[in-house]
Amino acid sequence: MLTETEAWQALDAVPDPEIPVVSVTELGIIREVRCNDGAVTVVVTPTYSGCPATEVIGLAVRDALLAAGAREVAMETQLHPAWTSDWIGEAAREKLRAYGIVPPEGRAAPAAVQPIRFMRRTLACPRCGSTDTERLTEFGSTACKATWRCRACLEPFEYFKPI
Amino acid sequence: MTQANSANPAHLEYVLRLADNVLILGQRISEWCGHAPVIEEDLALSNMALDLIGQARLLLTHAGRLEGRGRDEDQLAFLRVERDYRNLTLVEVPNQDFGRTVVRNMLFGAFQVVLWERLTASADSELAAIAAKSLKEARYHFSHAAEWVVRLGDGTALSHDKVQAALDELWPYTNEFFASDETDAAAAAAGIGPASNTLEADWENAVLPVLAQATLVAPARTPFKTFGKFGRHSEHMGHLLATMQYMQRTYPGAQW
Repeated sequence: MLTETEAWQALDAVPDPEIPVVSVTELGIIREVRCNDGAVTVVVTPTYSGCPATEVIGLAVRDALLAAGAREVAMETQLHPAWTSDWIGEAAREKLRAYGIVPPEGRAAPAAVQPIRFMRRTLACPRCGSTDTERLTEFGSTACKATWRCRACLEPFEYFKPI
Repeated sequence: MTQANSANPAHLEYVLRLADNVLILGQRISEWCGHAPVIEEDLALSNMALDLIGQARLLLTHAGRLEGRGRDEDQLAFLRVERDYRNLTLVEVPNQDFGRTVVRNMLFGAFQVVLWERLTASADSELAAIAAKSLKEARYHFSHAAEWVVRLGDGTALSHDKVQAALDELWPYTNEFFASDETDAAAAAAGIGPASNTLEADWENAVLPVLAQATLVAPARTPFKTFGKFGRHSEHMGHLLATMQYMQRTYPGAQW
């Protein structure tokens, strides 16, 4: 019979479909796992309301748990408390950087309305380390990432936005 | 209007207004996909449309539960008639040029940030959770639009004149943001959400600094009235719905 520890271990091996270098557990989107006589309930929280990967993640989680010996898998969505990029673990942040994605800097979610340019910051290029970089767009290939470019090594890179 | 079986009909109506705003603006913004002036903005606008439609899905699912007639997010999104939609008129007017799109996104985005902040304290815990989630996204949407308004307003003479003209044309529609009625009052009394007429000062505090930095002039308030959130829409709404509802009406229940 699948235990909760084994279920978590199975989920540790499920990659995020858009950033396969980190797992769904490292991303912090698995909120709870409950096992009851082989029936597993997984509580997931979305990163963004419109994240198109949500359904793929659900399928991958289900497949991984069935392969690990679960009799049946139920998915639940929990919105509160809202996911924050602060839940991405330290090890995962380094994996992101090695993959060419600068992990979110600072704490997420400023408390008050800050009208303009509140996201302005200097990032170090994940490839060459230069801070001579510039933001190309706040919304990159996915809602969670901005696109930047390094003026020293001339390579583009992505930035996982704090949220 | 939609008949409500929930204990408080104003509750359902209030949630539908929130839902339809993001649904219809999501539909409008998605029209930019493949047409934006540069690929970065094509991606940005498409990403924001996804966020808005994602928020609409959460809100419409919630509205369906409050209604208690078994309608799901798809039925509410695609199978209502025009007069049953409760979105602000501003979000249904056509995009026209990019400048006008970012001016609208800035005016509406500021409203969403102010409103979601207040709704995080809603007595409706599901609505409060949706608000906390959506607030984070709305801040990025507002910031994106505000940066463009500054860039274009404080840009060339041509870009300045275009966004000032867009602002002059769209500003009167913001009167509707703050128009209150008995639904608003009932929702506020029940602690579900703020009455619309209490949001104007916070909205101005967000918008006016952007206009100042963009060297744009906020138009004077006029008595101009629109009634989208009360179910009476502009001539643009039918065309938008024809595009948005076509697939579900032609192939009911289609999935892929």
